[in-house]
Amino acid sequence: MNDTLRKILAPTLFIVGILALWEWAVWYNQLPDYRMASPSDLIPRYIRFWDLFLIKSWETLWRTVAGLGLAVVFGTLVGMIMGFSRFAREGLYPILVGFNAIPKATVVPIVALMFVGQHDFNTVLIAFIISFFPIAVSVSIGLSTLEPEYRDILRSLGASNVTIFWKIALPKTLPEFFGALKVAVTLAFIGTNLMEIVSPHGRGLGDLFDSGRINADYPLMFAVLFALAALGIVLFYVVVFLERIFAGWAERSPG
Amino acid sequence: MTSSAHMIELREVSHAYRTKAGPLPVLDGLSMQVPENSFCAVVGPSGCGKSTLTRLVSGLMRPDHGQVWLHSKLVTSPRPTVGMAFQNPVLLEWRTILQNILLPLEIVKSPMSKAEAIERAHHLLDLVGLTGFAEKRPSELSGGMRQRASLCRSIIHKPDVLILDEPFGALDAFTREDLWCTMHDLRREEPFTCLLITHDLRESVFLADQVVVMSGRPARAQYVLDVDLPGPRTLDDLYSPAAVAMLATLRHQIQVAQGRATDADAPLDGHAKPAEVTA
Ligand SMILES: Nc1ncnc2c1ncn2[C@@H]1O[C@H](COP(=O)(O)OP(=O)(O)OP(=O)(O)O)[C@@H](O)[C@H]1O
Ligand SMILES: [Mg+2]
Repeated sequence: MNDTLRKILAPTLFIVGILALWEWAVWYNQLPDYRMASPSDLIPRYIRFWDLFLIKSWETLWRTVAGLGLAVVFGTLVGMIMGFSRFAREGLYPILVGFNAIPKATVVPIVALMFVGQHDFNTVLIAFIISFFPIAVSVSIGLSTLEPEYRDILRSLGASNVTIFWKIALPKTLPEFFGALKVAVTLAFIGTNLMEIVSPHGRGLGDLFDSGRINADYPLMFAVLFALAALGIVLFYVVVFLERIFAGWAERSPG
Repeated sequence: MTSSAHMIELREVSHAYRTKAGPLPVLDGLSMQVPENSFCAVVGPSGCGKSTLTRLVSGLMRPDHGQVWLHSKLVTSPRPTVGMAFQNPVLLEWRTILQNILLPLEIVKSPMSKAEAIERAHHLLDLVGLTGFAEKRPSELSGGMRQRASLCRSIIHKPDVLILDEPFGALDAFTREDLWCTMHDLRREEPFTCLLITHDLRESVFLADQVVVMSGRPARAQYVLDVDLPGPRTLDDLYSPAAVAMLATLRHQIQVAQGRATDADAPLDGHAKPAEVTA
């Protein structure tokens, strides 16, 4: 089978199959709407609330990307500091680990109280907080484990540390960075939704989910879940696409 | 402090690595000289400090004691006029072979234009037998091919001192002999001073004007052999009586360095000359 064809056909086939199975299970067990929605119930919700879905998706999307963007900048900076200075690495590591261990659901109400009414800011902040850890760690590990042989190629020619960073350390770390970014993008997305649901403020897909819950509109809640999944997939594959462009060299051809 | 007329000069160089188990003395009072545009080969038992020597000469490290002089200047940091091929030939995986070879020119100022540099890179690739590999990625090359690419990278910027740390180690005997001849050709095209670390005694005799045998760790220059074979040398010269005698001497000296022989059982030949020690 053709490679591209398989890449499109295989997921489509599986999605359709699972949806069909689900539809059949709900129908077979005679489950009412308020116990378990079936895929066919979702379509009317999408049609009815299409505009709302678009607006709310955009709100969720841009705040996730903003949070992730901050995480990339800040995480890379912290990672660089930790990667180049052993002192900073040993000092910062336990703090980072402890910070990462705090369940973010507990941070949401605190942030919401700290910056009352700044909903967009708060949401971006949570997305950022939850996603910067893997980036910082991967960059610091990538830089600190850079083999001295790589450094020496340029050092033996009298290159400065800045040159060595741009020409060797940075490109060499890109595969690790993108590995972390794939984790971080999903985390940032979870962070945004956490804020939207735990501290509802009328924005994002989390808000739509919340109104489904309040109105006992079970199919709507499911419809939101699917929209979230779709958005998550899009974000993830954008990162995969960027990885291909910037760190494609790390991918060895099989065999 | 007087400056030296030699291109490379080491004076009483001692160095120890600081390891978890305490200091590990590697070099102990090593002295040697390499005149300008001559070729010096260094042989010695594995682990005796040959790579350490290259790192000291290139300025990547400073010795604990003693001095390293390059071009009549005390070496305190790396110099762009030096070319170096490492024992472990790392190439940057995200660059093509051509981009890897051109890397030094991104650091070192050179009168070459971009086009000239690319032409030179292709010329060097041809010389080492890598024609047509310019656009390949390092991961597509064998170990020996990577070594040859790293050799090209070390001379792309026309350094006046070339330091090669076992550059032909991963090559089969025939490719290796081809590259020996290539080295002779290169030196005729553009003279440079060369410090070659090697395990191969035939290689040292064929290529060098002077072979330094290092003692076991902590190492010093145990023996210096002047290779007075007339040039231009051919591979057949390696089988001449003079060359065979030199190889026997070197072999014996290595065994002394390894502690497996003493001076008493030295082979008879007219080339022996005790190590020069400048205090
Ligand atoms: N960075 C380092 N830290 C600690 N010890 C080191 C380091 N580099 C080398 N050594 C030790 O110093 C000694 C000399 O090492 P070096 O690499 O100079 O040997 P060599 O003569 O090049 O050996 P070979 O012929 O096997 O390449 C070895 O015993 C090695 O274990
Ligand atoms: Mg070595």
